Amino acid sequence: MSKSRLNFKANTLPAIVMVGPVVVIMVLLIAVPLIYVGIMSSCSIDEFYNVTYNFTLENYIRLANQDYLKIYSQSICIAFITTLICILIGYPFSYFIARTKSKKKKILYMLVIIPFWTNSLIRIYGWRTFLGTNGWLNIILQLLNITDEPIDFLYKTGATVLGMVYCLIPFMILPLYTSIEKLDVTLLEASSDLGAGSMKTFVNVILPLTSGGIFSGSLMVFIPCLGYFFVSDILGGGNSDVIGNLIERQFQGGNNWPLGAALSIVLIVVTLALVKVYQKLGGDMDALGV
Amino acid sequence: MDKIVELNGVNKVYGTNRVVKDLNLFVEEGEFLTLLGSSGCGKTTTLRMIAGFEEPTTGTIKVQGENVEAKEPFERNVNTVFQSYALFPHMTIYENIAYGLKVKKVSKAEIKKSVLEMLDLVQLNGFEHRYPSQLSGGQKQRVAIARALINHPKVLLLDEPLGALDLKLRKQMQLELKRLQKKLNITFIYVTHDQEEALTMSDRIAVMHDGVIDQLASPTEIYEHPKTKFVATFIGETNIYDGCITSIKGEIANITLENGEVSVKCPEDFSILEYASVSVRPEKMKFSTKKVDGFGLVAQVKDYVYVGSVLKCIVALPNGNELKIERLAGQELPKVGSKCYPYWNPEDAVLIHNESHYIFEALNNIKLA
Ligand SMILES: Nc1ncnc2c1ncn2[C@@H]1O[C@H](COP(=O)(O)OP(=O)(O)OP(=O)(O)O)[C@@H](O)[C@H]1O
Ligand SMILES: [Mg+2]
Repeated sequence: MSKSRLNFKANTLPAIVMVGPVVVIMVLLIAVPLIYVGIMSSCSIDEFYNVTYNFTLENYIRLANQDYLKIYSQSICIAFITTLICILIGYPFSYFIARTKSKKKKILYMLVIIPFWTNSLIRIYGWRTFLGTNGWLNIILQLLNITDEPIDFLYKTGATVLGMVYCLIPFMILPLYTSIEKLDVTLLEASSDLGAGSMKTFVNVILPLTSGGIFSGSLMVFIPCLGYFFVSDILGGGNSDVIGNLIERQFQGGNNWPLGAALSIVLIVVTLALVKVYQKLGGDMDALGV
Repeated sequence: MDKIVELNGVNKVYGTNRVVKDLNLFVEEGEFLTLLGSSGCGKTTTLRMIAGFEEPTTGTIKVQGENVEAKEPFERNVNTVFQSYALFPHMTIYENIAYGLKVKKVSKAEIKKSVLEMLDLVQLNGFEHRYPSQLSGGQKQRVAIARALINHPKVLLLDEPLGALDLKLRKQMQLELKRLQKKLNITFIYVTHDQEEALTMSDRIAVMHDGVIDQLASPTEIYEHPKTKFVATFIGETNIYDGCITSIKGEIANITLENGEVSVKCPEDFSILEYASVSVRPEKMKFSTKKVDGFGLVAQVKDYVYVGSVLKCIVALPNGNELKIERLAGQELPKVGSKCYPYWNPEDAVLIHNESHYIFEALNNIKLA
């Protein structure tokens, strides 16, 4: 034992050389920017919108502003509906691909993965073209005489939710797929053997045993949904802003970096809190991919 | 007694693999029937067809006289104890056992009464609030049994329920299971590949081999009168050799083996010049220092092994084959290396048809025609 330890030490480079580069990269790219955002969030600005290092909590107090509160609740509402729709579509789909024995399994799984390979911004622009008043959907509807006038699909909350669901559903399907795949089939057989029909087996056995997947999927949809400002920008046209839009505006048009930084910090803290809740509920951290 | 489970001409085919072949099986009410066979012979498949998890490719399955092939598992009055226990990990022991009644919408008070009764039956009082992960293998097994019994099934199917337990616990659970079965008077269909387990527990044993039931009989019958070579070698230890029946005098047949002639009690369906196998249990073998009438085997004592109360002796025949002989320890025995003459009482050996019997029969039929 001790001999092999010695050998191990002798055959490898010193620990500092092995982990050093990783630590440097982590510190430079993650820790330093985060600390910078933290400092920025307690700075103030002068009348020319220049950042001054007068430390204050005013930025955080301003976040409780009436207009902002409206957007928080709207953003949370959008995230909530998006998550719900993702569960409702993602669960049956994941169940099917996890349980099917046919060779299509791989193809179906690929269909979920492939969109990751294309930039989501481009795909969201695609939706705008598709849904616009001169878009394909309206052309088809008019050809089929379902409607005379083009319907205005865009720039409504519904369009934003659609875009969010479209962008984020893979994050729901993947953890769900993993948890359903892991489910022991003999448990389902045991349930059926003891007198439960398929509905009862679903409610009593399948659902509780895959709840970890549902929760981690929800987390992975809900949190980005608060921040994906480009979706609400492109499809919502400013009518369904999310918290991400607020942050983006402070850094761009508003030119109030400290306020934007404070918003970012709040979003990070909320995210961490949600992850903590998940962990407390017995969630599997591996399922989150973190 | 009534036939509670009936399988008629049941076949199961997976792809091109015929796993169960023309199975006919009748299980009587209140019986402890064991399906015994080596790995992959189709025991689990047969059990799963009775439980309803698999559909037979052809053939019919009846439970209490009623065809059940089209019925879902939850519509059959049959419950299963799974090899892996299959306890619901997110439910307490209480909830696990109560499950069968809960899905039937039985009242809470009644469920409580039944569950406590079941816990008592499997001697797990006080464990109701634990989760399956907090139990030992033997305790999980008891929960699985209690859970399967709470619906008062007519038939309980058990797929190697003791497979994961250590030897001592297994022996203890064997007795407990047997006691339960007697007490509740439920039909047990029990799957195992452990022949000792099958012999101690069963009323009848169905020895399966390659998807076919080779023999279905009581443990004594199976042990003492195996029908096929497979049954003879699979159950207990035996010495088995092929030979030709050279003469039949009254009840005794003379068989010529490669190493010389032997005498065996001959059932009626054997005829002269037929090729057959002779099986003799080690404890029925004897050896003498002088030649015995009707036996022409000569052997050399190779080795003795003491196994507690018995002494195992290996003797070698001229062609290199070995015979196993078991004696009670303490008897006077020939020395290692000395010459001896193995023999047995003709009624202690069993004559078994081998494949050539059927060719022989076919040839006879042609002659007659
Ligand atoms: N779902 C399936 N698809 C294809 N082949 C199967 C399937 N289930 C079982 N088999 C095959 O059927 C044969 C019998 O299997 P079965 O599980 O009944 O054996 P067994 O007698 O229970 O063996 P063991 O003692 O190892 O449990 C095996 O060769 C197995 O490979
Ligand atoms: Mg098996």
